Amino acid sequence: MIGLALVLLTPLLAAAVLAGLADYRASARVNIVASAIAFAGALLLLAHRPAPGRFLLVDDLNVVFIVLGTFVATTTSVFSAGYIGHELETGHLTPGYLRFYHAMFQLMMFGMNLALLANDIGVMWVAVELATLSTVVMVGIYRTPAALEAAWKYFILGSVGIALALFGTILVYLAARPEVGEGLRAMEWTVLLRHARGFDHRLLDVAFIFLLLGYGTKVGLAPMHAWLPDAHAEGPTPISAVLSGLLLNVALYALLRFKLLLAACPGAIAPGPLMVTLGLVSVIFAAFMLYRRRDIKRLFAYSSIEHMGIIVFSFGMGGPLGNFAGLLQMTMHSLTKSAIFFSVGHVAQVKGTQRIEAIGGLTETHPLLGWALLAGVAAIAGLPPFGVFTAEFLVLSSTFARQPALAVVLGIGLLVAFGALLARGTQLAFGAPRGPAGPVRASWWPIAAHLGLVLVAGIWLPGPLVAWFRHVAALLG
Amino acid sequence: MVSHFAFDVAHMLAGLIVLASLTMLYQDRLTALINVLAGQSLLLAASVAWQGHLQGSAELYLTAALALGFKAIAIPWALRALVIRLGLHREIETVAGIGPTMLAGMGLIALSMEVMLPVTDAVDPVARQDIALALSVVLIGLLIMVTRRNAASQVVGFLSIDNGISLAATGARGMPLVVEISVAFSVLVACIVIGIFLFRIRERFDTVDLGALDASRGERAR
Repeated sequence: MIGLALVLLTPLLAAAVLAGLADYRASARVNIVASAIAFAGALLLLAHRPAPGRFLLVDDLNVVFIVLGTFVATTTSVFSAGYIGHELETGHLTPGYLRFYHAMFQLMMFGMNLALLANDIGVMWVAVELATLSTVVMVGIYRTPAALEAAWKYFILGSVGIALALFGTILVYLAARPEVGEGLRAMEWTVLLRHARGFDHRLLDVAFIFLLLGYGTKVGLAPMHAWLPDAHAEGPTPISAVLSGLLLNVALYALLRFKLLLAACPGAIAPGPLMVTLGLVSVIFAAFMLYRRRDIKRLFAYSSIEHMGIIVFSFGMGGPLGNFAGLLQMTMHSLTKSAIFFSVGHVAQVKGTQRIEAIGGLTETHPLLGWALLAGVAAIAGLPPFGVFTAEFLVLSSTFARQPALAVVLGIGLLVAFGALLARGTQLAFGAPRGPAGPVRASWWPIAAHLGLVLVAGIWLPGPLVAWFRHVAALLG
Repeated sequence: MVSHFAFDVAHMLAGLIVLASLTMLYQDRLTALINVLAGQSLLLAASVAWQGHLQGSAELYLTAALALGFKAIAIPWALRALVIRLGLHREIETVAGIGPTMLAGMGLIALSMEVMLPVTDAVDPVARQDIALALSVVLIGLLIMVTRRNAASQVVGFLSIDNGISLAATGARGMPLVVEISVAFSVLVACIVIGIFLFRIRERFDTVDLGALDASRGERAR
């Protein structure tokens, strides 16, 4: 119970406190402490799981997402403390906006943690909406025309997506009602899963289409991805890091839960092929789009679409190995991508621009930053010895064993993306230095912690972690 | 079971909501579009209240009151004030040809009947009709959003999607959290309205005097 309270109430309290705190140094510190307490709460949940209640549920599946999410939030808040100091000095943000920014950061954390812990499909939906709304206002915080446009696009597409998801949620309730009875019980995950055998599978089929389109928009899958690059590029960089590292995962979690529900209902369509198709389309599309990017944050936003595609593909393939690879890939992507955004944030601040052609020779002018960025790019492109390589290798090899044709298509997508990322990465890191070469005051340990974890995972996966992921993979069916 | 009369009234109200959606498709003035939206929300409030009467549920009366106050009165009023303030009420929006759009709208209604009716034969008849008609309202709302370029008309399209979802939620007997969900949606909607406000004002601010803006920024940073 203490774990639950820490994970849910800390962000809520912190948001209230931060909304009234004027001094930005103090609020940055409160932000870090609150995120760290929520992380501690998540670790407590890992050690001891309370029994599922009426509204909240902790099981093996969502504990993975919560531990990962609160960890990335903690490191991001450390990075953000350094980042916003610079934004304040250059006049991009004012203290008033910063107060708002910190309060929204914690509100978003509350929304995400609630969405992950909710035992009720309605509560989960409301929580995802809350997390979306708080990120929308943060994306638009710079108030440049481009930022407002990005926030507007994210808002409209996200709201339409979430409206479709709500329609799907209502249909799930309709399917459950004859079996479970009226009222709140027909929206509880634990009850739904237990009774899914008797649900009307035709209604569930239609519901899943809406849920896939709705939550899939939030995951950033290819035909519905249009909000994602803009939202990543125009908002503050800490927000890009949490969008890629956390929010996409939360929507993915919702999809996985509903996939479990369909799997428990005999006669329902198999969600796998739908997810595999959307995932593959995302990978191929994003891989080719990577070549035409001129903005450094947009580049990595498209890389996020590619990776979410791989993850959804892998969960769609399913089976113990496919699910294991999907979980590993998701963890590695969250850690690596947020580390990349941390370095990109510092690079953009030093150079005063996000245009790739205006940045170059980073390893000469800022060796530590340049090599950190290059290591991140190498990791996300799937080079050994980083953990992303292990995960992608698992996805590919397990697919080869079952559907060789799909594996070939996926492999082509991975190779194309690899080429684009490496070309851009070397362009940023090597060659003649371009742009201003002022000193950098970077917060190193978030980058080091993330890349270090990814490196360790690539070389040696600890036994308990493997056992844990294997167990969750078996749960996912 | 529900009486014939009760069913007919529920069916008629839901049908009128769809009709309002179709009417929105060919409005070329923003103020007229907003008026139709207000009418649709009014019909929705009536439909929800009728459902509350049929299901004997106090929660639904609350939802109906919310729909009436918020969606039928407050939001259209705010939107109209915004449109007039920004001088958009004199503009005539180019809408894609009425014929094709209406045909597309009717196609969407047929599609939602085709999708929803066969899979809901186990559900009670009122909910069955409501869900099918609600889906067509949602789809036509999407069509409105796609065919319009103006931010304000996009919001109107989104609000009509919201109306469709409320219709679906109230048709599902005993759906819990209906009240909470409509509150959440209303907050969302309020944010959208504020969103356009900021969006447009900012655009104006930029064109009015960029120099003044830079100066005030620099001052605040110190």
